[in-house]
Amino acid sequence: MLAKLLNKLQAVGRSGTEAIEAIGRATLLLKNSLFWGGPGSAGFYDLLTQIYSVGVRSLIIIIVAGFFVGMVLGLQGYNILIDFGSEAALGTMVSLTLLRELGPVVTALLFAGRAGSALTAEIGLMKATEQLSAMEMMGVDPFKRVITPRLWAGIISMPILALLFSAVGIWGGAFVAVDMLGIDDGAYWGNMQSSVEFYEDVVKGIIKSVAFGVVVTWIAVYQGYDSVPTSEGIGKATTQTVVISSLAVLGLDFVLTAVMLGGV
Amino acid sequence: MAVSQPYVSVRGMSFSRGDRLIYNNMDVDFPRGKVTAIMGPSGTGKTTLLRLIGGQLLPDSGTIMVDGHNVPTLPRKELFDLRRKKMGMLFQTGALFTDLNVFDNVAFPLRIHTDLPESMIRDLVLMKLEAVGLRGARHLSPAELSGGMARRVALARSIAMDPEIIMYDEPFTGLDPISMGMIVKLIRGLNEALGLTSLLVSHDVEESCAIADYLCLLSDGRVIGFGTPEELMNEGNAEVRQFLRGEPDGPVPFHYPADDYRRDILAGVN
Repeated sequence: MLAKLLNKLQAVGRSGTEAIEAIGRATLLLKNSLFWGGPGSAGFYDLLTQIYSVGVRSLIIIIVAGFFVGMVLGLQGYNILIDFGSEAALGTMVSLTLLRELGPVVTALLFAGRAGSALTAEIGLMKATEQLSAMEMMGVDPFKRVITPRLWAGIISMPILALLFSAVGIWGGAFVAVDMLGIDDGAYWGNMQSSVEFYEDVVKGIIKSVAFGVVVTWIAVYQGYDSVPTSEGIGKATTQTVVISSLAVLGLDFVLTAVMLGGV
Repeated sequence: MAVSQPYVSVRGMSFSRGDRLIYNNMDVDFPRGKVTAIMGPSGTGKTTLLRLIGGQLLPDSGTIMVDGHNVPTLPRKELFDLRRKKMGMLFQTGALFTDLNVFDNVAFPLRIHTDLPESMIRDLVLMKLEAVGLRGARHLSPAELSGGMARRVALARSIAMDPEIIMYDEPFTGLDPISMGMIVKLIRGLNEALGLTSLLVSHDVEESCAIADYLCLLSDGRVIGFGTPEELMNEGNAEVRQFLRGEPDGPVPFHYPADDYRRDILAGVN
């Protein structure tokens, strides 16, 4: 009985130390790969290639999702606001919701599923097929060569994707509100223009999306680099990337919102 | 420099993985300019030894001198310099970069480590590919290559920077007889043409004996035999001879340790 209890206690302790070790390894990876330089560092061309595969290839899912989310916001917002006779504020509501919250958060969640999982699988497979080892033996630092451009591609792409998501969403909202429900064109855009502030709403949204970009890409490259190099291990790492980065994005969103609003 | 001085010299090296001691206080020298085959039963850590020499793993204690540099204590930058200037390694699967074609794979180390103009890189790459007989395959992607071809491309890539030592990790595994013959010819030929020191990890007694100047037999974390193939075949101890002749029973027993067979069987009856 006592032995069983002790075993359980040990298991809890072990998973705790393992988690701390993982955080330490992830931090070392970030430290070793955040900056350019060192043996066999990647160049500007590699960064562009990665921005293409991480960012440009996520465009379609981001644009389509943004359009639908904007349309739903327009529809739901209309039905709520019409009760108060304030459907003219619909443009304000749609744009603030997207710029402050849904743009960065939904983009980050989609980005984790589309680009993060692909990064993990790619790096995991490079590890499994000894490509990373081969690079090391050629005197090329795989951190600088493989991780650095991917990390920065994610950090650069995320805010751009989030802005596009918001822009397309606002347009989708206008499509529903103005073209389908007959809200006045000038009211939708005019109210939006007068109530959305550049620093308070747009810049703070960008700050959020940069933070999410760092977190999602960091988790993705770490999971790939630290994966067990078997088909099972890579599958698990890919799942972990999506699960952990989604939760991290939602948790971090609360913290950032609280800090930015200064309310809590 | 004296020819007799070893290129790689391991002294008092211990290495353990988890609780398992893989090498215990091992000493071994690999002579300069020769092909040495490292052989031994599966799981004795032959590939691990290559990774220790390449600095990808750190020993628990001891020194590993590669051409006068103690690999485990080298700072990261100097270790990368040493690998770039002196070491080449051929991985079991070839480890070609899947996003680059054959030409770009071989050009990869040259483009990173040198400032040579593209025209010269082209010449160098074609020379290396010609040496392994794949100049005509330069536009293929790694997915289009057979196992033997992939290994030959990887060989061209690992000699691209003209290393002094080249380490082959199981170069014969899973090849058809023709590809195997090509690799055997290449390893021997490159060693003579370039004056390389070659280390070769393998199970294949016949192929290894055919090309190796020396055999190094490992078992249970120590060297049980080192010498030319003829010496070991004729004069090695019983364990060495059992391995080289592929005998199923001998000092390494066929049976996993167990109770007396008769008593074990009869125990079920009672």
